[in-house]
Amino acid sequence: MANNNAYPSEHHDSPEGTKWIWKVFWILLIVTTVEVVLGIIKPPALTDTHILGTTLLNVIFIVLTLGKAYYIVAEFMHLGHERKNFIWTITLPIVILIPYLTFILLTEGGYLNSMMNM
Amino acid sequence: MANGAALEQNTTAIWGGGRQPFGVSYGKMMMWFFLLSDALTFSGFLTAMGLYRFKFETTWPVAENVFTHFPFLHGEHPLLFVALMTFILILSSVTMVLAVNAGHKMNTKGVVLWLGLTIVGGFTFLGSQAWEWYHFINGDKGAIMAEDGTVMYFTPVDGEGEIISVYELITGQEKPHGDHSEFKTADMIAAFGLNDNMTLRMPGKGTEEGPITLSREDARAVMKNASLLQGAGMRANEYGNTLFANFFFFVTGFHGTHVFSGVVLNVIIFINVLMGTYERRGHYEMVEKVGLYWHFVDLVWVFVFTFFYLV
Repeated sequence: MANNNAYPSEHHDSPEGTKWIWKVFWILLIVTTVEVVLGIIKPPALTDTHILGTTLLNVIFIVLTLGKAYYIVAEFMHLGHERKNFIWTITLPIVILIPYLTFILLTEGGYLNSMMNM
Repeated sequence: MANGAALEQNTTAIWGGGRQPFGVSYGKMMMWFFLLSDALTFSGFLTAMGLYRFKFETTWPVAENVFTHFPFLHGEHPLLFVALMTFILILSSVTMVLAVNAGHKMNTKGVVLWLGLTIVGGFTFLGSQAWEWYHFINGDKGAIMAEDGTVMYFTPVDGEGEIISVYELITGQEKPHGDHSEFKTADMIAAFGLNDNMTLRMPGKGTEEGPITLSREDARAVMKNASLLQGAGMRANEYGNTLFANFFFFVTGFHGTHVFSGVVLNVIIFINVLMGTYERRGHYEMVEKVGLYWHFVDLVWVFVFTFFYLV
């Protein structure tokens, strides 16, 4: 039975051993711990500072989340080690469409809010 | 069937052209494209939630007032349990990478061990989610629903917006851990009438002066036609806006469905590994493909964690 399974993907070497896996694990764990601690104590210095239309604390949460997402996709899902044109094929639609959708819906949400208060 | 045969013929010569596009196998690339579309579905859910959060900015329930339970611990522990769930999922992601890694080395025993642990992690996560849903649906402090459907909490007139449970209002004692007694609307209204220090507040962070709190007079007027609300469902929930529970059920439910199907896929591949299917095939790429799906589930949770619980 001839089938596609006879041809696996070309091999891209990961670093030797399993050390890199645990390194990513510690990064994800530490970043999550920082998020939880900040979420519980909510330092007033961060919640009272407003930047980009929200609090500095929320901006920190979003940046840390995107950092975690990068490590999961690039290392655990191995996308960082694929060919460059494949990396762009997968990431460009995401990078263009999701911020676009977010921008539209949050702007409209703010508008609906202002209409409720009239 | 004819169509399937044509497809198979076409892919036999490595995608027809004798060369793999992007150096990625057909199955792995299709998994990536599926995950791409799935990422857009999830962002649809989360941004739709963002729209309504922005619309009801001042009264949208604050997640840390809602998810406060932790197994075997008394008192309120916001974020701790979700943090534990995140940890479980990250750990099962690590065991999955280790399984893929062992597969590259054709180490069957390693794949069995690490894939097995990944399945255990998946079930643990699903169990945690069931526990959280149980507490969410049963409710905690209880609230009132005004005639127009607005949900409000009890709070002391001279307080800073702390939420008083219906249990405490009626019995005068602090609500015991894990108590799920149900009360009657009439008893609640009577207890409210007797307690001059009690008023109502809106859910959410409120304005810059804090939560939106009603005067005792206004609260008495509202209470005349109010009804008791305990627990959460699709029609109403004690935490506030109906959409809050709806989004909770849909976002975490849709994610949970993904975790469940991920566990099912892992089990199927696990059985294949035990039967030596990939040993005979000469490579363990199938483990890598379900691994991609499994990491994606972890990736989505990272975003649900931030945008549902943290922000």
